[in-house]
Amino acid sequence: MSFESFLIVAAILFCIGLYGALARRNVLAVLMSIELMFNAVNITLVAMAKYLAPAGLQDDISTVLTGQVFAVFIITVAAAEIALGLGIVFAMYRTDETVDLSEAIQMRH
Amino acid sequence: MVSEAVIWSIFLLPLGSFMFAALVVRPLFNRYSLISGLATIGALGTALGLSIWTLRSAILGHHLEFEPLKWLEVGDATIEIGLLVDPLTALMLVVVTGVSLLVQIYSLGYMKGDPSFSRYYAYMSLFTAAMLGLVMSSNIIQLYMFWELVGVSSYLLIGFWHERPSAAAAAKKAFIITRIGDVGFLIAILYLFTQAETFSAAGLNAFHIPDIWMAAQAEAAAGAIIGGTALTWLALGIFAGAAGKSGQFPLHTWLPDAMEGPTPVSALIHAATMVAAGVFLVARFFPVFEHSIDAMTVVALVGAFTAVFAASMGLVMNDIKRVMAYSTVSQLGYMMAALGLGLYAPAIFHLVTHAAFKALLFLGAGSVNHATGTFDMRYMGGLRKVMPVTYVLMFIAGLSLVGIIPLAGFWSKDEILLGAWDGTGLVDTWVNRVTFFSLIVGVVATAFYTMRMIILTFHGEFRGGIDKEIEDRSSDAADDTNHSAHGGIHLHESPLVMILPMLVLGVITVVIGYIANPQWVDEFGIPKHWITAFLSDGLAEAKNAIGHHETLEFSRGMALVSTLAALLGIGLAVLVYLKRRRLVSDILVLVKPVHILLTQKYYMDYLYENLMVRKWFYRVFAGTLDWLEKNIIDGTVDLVGWFFRNIGTAIGKFQTGQVQTYATVIAFAVLAIILALLLVD
Repeated sequence: MSFESFLIVAAILFCIGLYGALARRNVLAVLMSIELMFNAVNITLVAMAKYLAPAGLQDDISTVLTGQVFAVFIITVAAAEIALGLGIVFAMYRTDETVDLSEAIQMRH
Repeated sequence: MVSEAVIWSIFLLPLGSFMFAALVVRPLFNRYSLISGLATIGALGTALGLSIWTLRSAILGHHLEFEPLKWLEVGDATIEIGLLVDPLTALMLVVVTGVSLLVQIYSLGYMKGDPSFSRYYAYMSLFTAAMLGLVMSSNIIQLYMFWELVGVSSYLLIGFWHERPSAAAAAKKAFIITRIGDVGFLIAILYLFTQAETFSAAGLNAFHIPDIWMAAQAEAAAGAIIGGTALTWLALGIFAGAAGKSGQFPLHTWLPDAMEGPTPVSALIHAATMVAAGVFLVARFFPVFEHSIDAMTVVALVGAFTAVFAASMGLVMNDIKRVMAYSTVSQLGYMMAALGLGLYAPAIFHLVTHAAFKALLFLGAGSVNHATGTFDMRYMGGLRKVMPVTYVLMFIAGLSLVGIIPLAGFWSKDEILLGAWDGTGLVDTWVNRVTFFSLIVGVVATAFYTMRMIILTFHGEFRGGIDKEIEDRSSDAADDTNHSAHGGIHLHESPLVMILPMLVLGVITVVIGYIANPQWVDEFGIPKHWITAFLSDGLAEAKNAIGHHETLEFSRGMALVSTLAALLGIGLAVLVYLKRRRLVSDILVLVKPVHILLTQKYYMDYLYENLMVRKWFYRVFAGTLDWLEKNIIDGTVDLVGWFFRNIGTAIGKFQTGQVQTYATVIAFAVLAIILALLLVD
C-alpha cells in the first residue's frame, strides 16, 4: 500500500463529503457529510504520520505520533460538534417544523 | 511733567466708568441709572483735567517718551502697548475729553427718562475710552485695535434705539461701509509686517509708529526702508481706512444715515470726534504721506471733491441733522484736502475748531428736537421767539461754520484756504489750484445751507412740529411709524442742564479761533500763531528735522475773498428763504432736475444698495455661489451618498441567507486560490 493510495481514498472521501455538505437540503445529511470530511482528514493525518517524518527524525519514525494524536483530537471534537449540531437541528425542527436548510434563512436580515 | 500713569489714567477713567455702568449699575441698580451718568461725567471731568495737564506738559516741551510694554513678538516685529504723546495727541486728548464731557452733561437732560439711560452712558464711556486709546497709541496694531473699538461703539450708538428698523439698518450700514475702508488699512499693516525683516535689520520695529516715520524718510540714518510705489500704496491703504471713518467720497454714505442715533451721539461721535479719527490717522502718518506726491494728490483731491460734493447735498436736505451731517462730511473734506496739500497744522486746527462749533450745532439741533419733537425743518419755523438762547448759540455756531470773522471757523478755514492758494510744494500746482477753487465753492455752499437751516428752523411761523408731521405722514402714506425720539411738542427753552454745555461750547466757538492762534501779536501770553507752530514743531520733531516749521501769515486778501464767498452764500439764502419765501417754489421748478439729483443724494445710495448690493452682490455674486453650492457641492455630496446606497443594494443581493451557497462559493474560491498557487509555482 503506497502513500498515494491513502491520499486518493481520502480525497475521494473528502469530495463526497463536500458535495453532500453543499448539495443536500436535509440538515442531518449535511451533518453526516461533514463527518465524512472529518474522516477524510483523519485518514490523511494518520497516513502522513506513517509515511512522512519531520526532518531529523527519519530513522525513528515509529516514535512520532503527532498525526495519530491529531486524529484522536479530531474525533473528540467531531463528537462534541455533532452533539451541538444535533441540538441545533432539534431546536430548528421544534420552531420551524422543518429540517430543510434552504428554509433556514432568518439570519439573512 | 506728567507721568506715564497720568496719561494712562486719561484712558482708564472712561473705561472704568464704562465697566461701572455696564457691570454694576445696569444689572444691579438700573432704577438709579442716574448714577451711571454722574459716574461718566466725573470720570470725564477728571480725564479732562489730566488731559489739560498733559497738554501743558507738551507745551512746555517736556520729554514725553515712555518705554512701551512688550506684548507679543511676531517674527521680526514686536507688538507693543505704549504711549505716543506728541502735540497732536495732547491736543486731541483735550478735544475728545472736553467735547465728550460737555455732551455727557447735555445728555443728562436730553436722555432723561429713556429706559436705557445706563446703557447709553456705558456706550458713551466705551466710545470715549476707545477714542482716547486711539489717539495715544504708539503701536499700529494697538491703534488698529482702538480704531475698531471706536467703530463698534459707533455701531452700538447709531443702533441705540434698536427697536427702530431704520436705526438698526443705519448701524449696520455704518459698520459695513467703514469696514470696506478698514480693509485697506489692514492691508497696509500687513504690508508693514511683510517688511518686518528689513525694519529689524535697521534696528526698527515695523509696528512702532515713530519707526514707520523713520522708515519712510529717505535721508534718515536707516535709509529709505519703504519708498517708491510701495510707499504710495501703503499711504493709500491707510487713507482708505481714514476715508471710511471720516466719510470721504465714495465711502460717505453711512454718515448721514448715522443720524438715526440719539442727537448727543451725533454731536460727539459723528461730528466732533470719531469722524475726525480719519483725519487724525492721516495726520499721524503724515511723515509717511508727504514722501509720496501721488498719495498726497489723491488725499487732496478726494478731500476737495468731498468738500463740494457733500455741501451740495446739504443744500436740499429737509432733516436738520442730515444737513449737519453733510456739512460734517464737507468739513472733513476740508481737513483731508488740507492734509493732502501738506497743511498739517491748519488741518488739525480746523479739526479742533470744527469739533467745537459742530458739536454746538448738533446740541442745538437736539435742543430744537426737544421742543418740537421732530427733526424735519419743514415742520419747524419761528423758534427764535421761544428758544432765544438756542437760537443765538446756533446762529453763532452757524456763522462759525460759514467762516465769519472773528468766529473760530473763520481762522481755521482761512489758514486752509491761504495755504491752498500759496501751495506748499508737496503737490503739483494744478492740485493746489483745483483744491483751492473747490474749497471756495464749498464756502459758498456752506454759507447757503447753513443760513437756510437757521432760517427754516428759527424764522418765519411755526409749522406744526411732530403732530403735523405725523398727520401729513399718515395722510400721505400708510407709513405711520413714529420717527421722533421725543414725542409731543412743548415749545419752550430746553432745561439748564442742556443749555449750559451749549453755552460753554458757544464761548469756545467765539474765542478759540483767535485765542489759540493769534494772527498778529502775542495775546494774553499766547504767542503769535501758537497752535499751528505748536503742531508744526511736533511734526518737525517727528521727522527729526531741526528748527521751526513755517507758519502762514494772515492775508487780508484771502480773508476778503473767503468772507465775500461766505456773504454771497448767506445773501442767496436770505434772498431765497427769508425775503421772498414764495420764490422758493419758483426756483425749485427752475432747477428741478438738479434738485431731484441732490435730494436723491446723487443716487449714490441707489447705486450702492440697489445696483451693487442687490443686483450685483446678491444676484450675481451670491447667486453664483448659491448655484455652485446647490449643484456642485451638494451634488458631490449627494453623489457620494447615492453611490454607497446603490452599491449596498447591489451587493445586498448576494446575501441570500442560503448557507450552502456561501459554502459553495468559499469552496470554489479556496480551490481557485490553490490552483493559482500551484500554477504560479
